[in-house]
Parts: sequence; structure tokens; C-alpha cells
Amino acid sequence: MTSVVEAPPGSRVQLRLLAGTHDGRLDSHLAQHGRLPVLDAAQVIGLARDAGLTGRGGAGFPVWRKLSAVAAAGRPPVVIANGAEGEPASGKDRALLTYAPNLVLDGLQLAALGAQSAVLYVPAAAHRPLQTLIDARRRAGLDRVPVRLVAAPDAFVAGEETAAAAAVAGRGAVPADKLVRITESGPGGSPTLVQNVETLAHLAMIARYGPGWFRAAGTADEPGTFLATISGAVASPGVVEAGYGVALGDLISAAGGATSALSAVLVGGYHGGWVPAAAALPVSRAALTAYGASPGAGVIVALPRHACGLMETARIAGYLADQAAGQCGPCVNGLPRLASTLTDLAHRRARPGLPAEVDRLARLVTGRGACRHPDGTARLILSAMHAFEPDVAAHLAGRCLAAGASR
Amino acid sequence: MSRLHVDWTACDGRGLCAELLPELLAEDDWGYPVPKGDLTVPPALEPAARQAVDRCPALALRLTAVSAERAPASS
Ligand SMILES: Cc1cc2nc3c(=O)[nH]c(=O)nc-3n(C[C@H](O)[C@H](O)[C@H](O)COP(=O)(O)O)c2cc1C
Ligand code: SF4
Ligand code: SF4
Repeated sequence: MTSVVEAPPGSRVQLRLLAGTHDGRLDSHLAQHGRLPVLDAAQVIGLARDAGLTGRGGAGFPVWRKLSAVAAAGRPPVVIANGAEGEPASGKDRALLTYAPNLVLDGLQLAALGAQSAVLYVPAAAHRPLQTLIDARRRAGLDRVPVRLVAAPDAFVAGEETAAAAAVAGRGAVPADKLVRITESGPGGSPTLVQNVETLAHLAMIARYGPGWFRAAGTADEPGTFLATISGAVASPGVVEAGYGVALGDLISAAGGATSALSAVLVGGYHGGWVPAAAALPVSRAALTAYGASPGAGVIVALPRHACGLMETARIAGYLADQAAGQCGPCVNGLPRLASTLTDLAHRRARPGLPAEVDRLARLVTGRGACRHPDGTARLILSAMHAFEPDVAAHLAGRCLAAGASR
Repeated sequence: MSRLHVDWTACDGRGLCAELLPELLAEDDWGYPVPKGDLTVPPALEPAARQAVDRCPALALRLTAVSAERAPASS
């Protein structure tokens, strides 16, 4: 799912990273954007701060603060461009690495000024064309810090930042305890910076066109554009770019429009939350907090009215429980119990106290893992219990409200 | 003041710590500790917390100084 969908006239969909020829070639990239300006590390931090750039990998953390923390460690860091994209409903990093890989590699150089090594962490299937490009850029004298490709395994948690750092250090791609922050000391002992590939592409644009230009898209509090992967009940699933605050309806119509009436939309992916299918709802952290959701890594899944939201959430919860990295007791035991309890509710195997038990388990696992996988899973499930409240009541009474329910 | 840190990748859930520090920790359905708050250790509980750290069979517990601000939180 890497097609880039076209912006329908009049919508707030706005192409920046994906504007222009986007054929992935170095010559068209240089013709379109030219070379990067020469900057030092302090200037890059200043630009990221003035632009208000936040991470596009899910957590939305201010980029300048991570850059500063790594700089403050005072030793040459390892810098990792994270293109693992373990989330099955996401395709935006793959699209970006296909259509505009040079922006990612430019951004990696900016983040890696003074670094000992720069790594592009992406699934092995994407390596061949990227290696060719990395070689061409090196020959053209574009990349001062040599870039190494490391294979990201196909697993949900492989893109978590300590898992990425572990894989780059030659260990298994599983998350680590965070008593010591990797920005201070990563698995190999060096300060380690992990940024999502899209974050780095935005950084490359900011270096050329400035923080003021960047802030012209999005909202005052959440500036810039983001890549959204839109799937589910839409006519042309794909990747779209828009400013934060774009109306949910504009994103859905950019993906060809809904193919049937929608009952809800999952925003932020498998660690995200269900929101009403309201066309005017702004896709921003500020507007989505009320639903326990956030734009996250831009994953949008449209749920048709004939599908049951509890069934769909139970399916995702089962997948997420399977993907637990097998390390932390509360996650390893709690997520399967949580998923099976929700599955009982979805299949109308009703028993007294079922919703309360889902709620209790979701709260029990939250905050009790080396990574935020249990937290994200719990967030999704709690949002489903809220968004599908009438369905919960119907299921407890042995009925299902979804039009296409089979029994 | 200090704070108790649980390394969840190491903890094997025998629940010894919850017995030594019932003021700070409960036990979940599987025997793993459940923090009752943010695990800040009041001075009066410092000796018990130290004992829990020393006796944890999985070396999963640490006492850390509560500093003003920690470097970036991650996801
Ligand atoms: C279970 C889990 C999986 C994650 N997977 C990815 C991923 O595939 N790609 C990614 O960029 N970030 C992923 N993240 C977020 C990273 O931990 C990290 O916050 C991010 O890569 C930092 O880059 P950013 O600040 O530029 O977003 C994941 C987080 C968790 C908890
Ligand atoms: S919290 Fe779960 S997914 Fe994260 S490291 Fe622990 S076991 Fe793995
Ligand atoms: S004593 Fe150690 S291993 Fe046992 S439950 Fe507590 S933290 Fe886990």
C-alpha cells in the first residue's frame, strides 16, 4: 500500500515531502530541492526548535530536545533513521523511502553531524535500491557521515527505539529497560539518537526552506504536515500528506472517499484510538485527546457500519498480544488475558462483569513494561469500550448492532 | 529522596518485593509487582526498599536518586 493519493480540489490535503516528481532519483531530488545548506549541529537544533518539529514515529516528542540531549552527552553518537514501520496498517515510511528517500538521507546527515555512524534501519526487502542510492550520494560527495543499512525484522516491536538501537548494535531487535536513556548511553555504550524517517525528511525540508515556511502548514501548536496511511472502507487506500488539524473528512476523501457508511475511525494505528466518523473532526493532538487518541504515526482506518468495532478491536488486540516481545511479565501475561477477555465480549460470550474486567486489565498492564506496547494496547482497548459503548451493551444482551453481523 | 525502578525485562514475578514493601507494591494476578504510586520512596521506607533491592533474586530492582528533570522520555 504505497500509492500516493491525489489531493481533491478544495481540501486541506497538502503535499510537501511527496510533492514534485517523487521518483526517488538523486538527480530529480537535486533539481527539485538543491543541496543542503551547510549547517552546524547547534544551528540544526535551533531550526528544529523554531519549527516546532515533533517526531513522526508515534510519540510526537520535540526533536530539538532529543538532539540537545545527545549533543549534551559530549561523545560522538550513533544516529539511527527508523524506517522499521512494524505497524501493519502503516505504509507511509515505505512510501517515503520509495518516493523521496533523498530527503530522509539528507535529514539523517543533519541529525548525524559529528556522529560516529549513521544507520538507516529498514526492512531488508527495501535495501537494494537504497544501497544503490547511498553509494551514488557518497560518490557525489553529499554524505559526510557514511550511512549503513541495517535490516529491521518484521515484528511490531522491532521499531521501538531501544529495539532499533539493539538491532543496530547486532543484538536481537527487542526493547530494553530504560533506566539509562539511550540518548545518554545506548547498547554499544555510545549516545544514541533514534528518529523516524519521516521526521528526518521534515528536518531536511526545514533546513532548506526555514521554520517559518514549515509553520505555514498545520496549527500554531502542532506545526507542519504529516504523512497519513489511510485504509479500511475507502475507495483508494494509500498515503496522503496534510497539515495537522486537517479535517478527518478531507483525509477520507483524499483516499477516494468512504465506500459505505462508517461507524468509527481508528486514528493513530494499533496503539491509537477509535474516534467518531465525523468529517469535521480535526486530526490533531489537541482535538483527539478527548477520545484518548492522537495522530500518532498517521494511521487512519475507516470502519464500515456493517463491521463490528468490538470484533475488529479484539482481532487487533490478539495480534498485539502475539507481538509482545516475551520479556516483561505483566505484558506477556496481561495482553493475552486482555485480548481473550475482549474476544469473549466480541463473540457475545457474555458473563457478569465482563466490561469491568476489560477495564481492570487494561489499567493493570499500563506502565508495566520495558516499552509502551502494553500502554498502547490498553489505550486502544479502552477507546473501543468507550466508542462502542452501545455495542458493548448489545453484546452483553446477546445481540450485535453491526448490520452485517453473522450471528 | 529516591525512587524504586523495576526492570520488567528482568523481574520474574516471585513477589518477594511486594512482601517487603507492601506500602509501595501490590501483587498482580501473576505475582508481578504493581506500583501503588510513582514508586517514590519516603525516607521511612528507605531501609525496606534497600532490602528489597538487595534481595530481589532477578536483580530487577534499583533505587535511583529523584533528580530535577530527566532527559527526554521516549515512547
Ligand atoms: C511497540 C512500539 C513500536 C514502535 N515502532 C516504531 C516504528 O516501527 N517506527 C518508528 O519510527 N517508531 C516506532 N516506535 C516509536 C519509537 O520508539 C520512537 O519513539 C521513534 O522511532 C522516535 O522517532 P521520532 O521521535 O522521530 O518519532 C514504536 C514504539 C513502540 C512502543
Ligand atoms: S513491554 Fe511487552 S513488548 Fe515491550 S519489551 Fe516488554 S514484553 Fe516486549
Ligand atoms: S523481587 Fe524482583 S523478581 Fe521478585 S517480583 Fe519483585 S522485582 Fe520481580
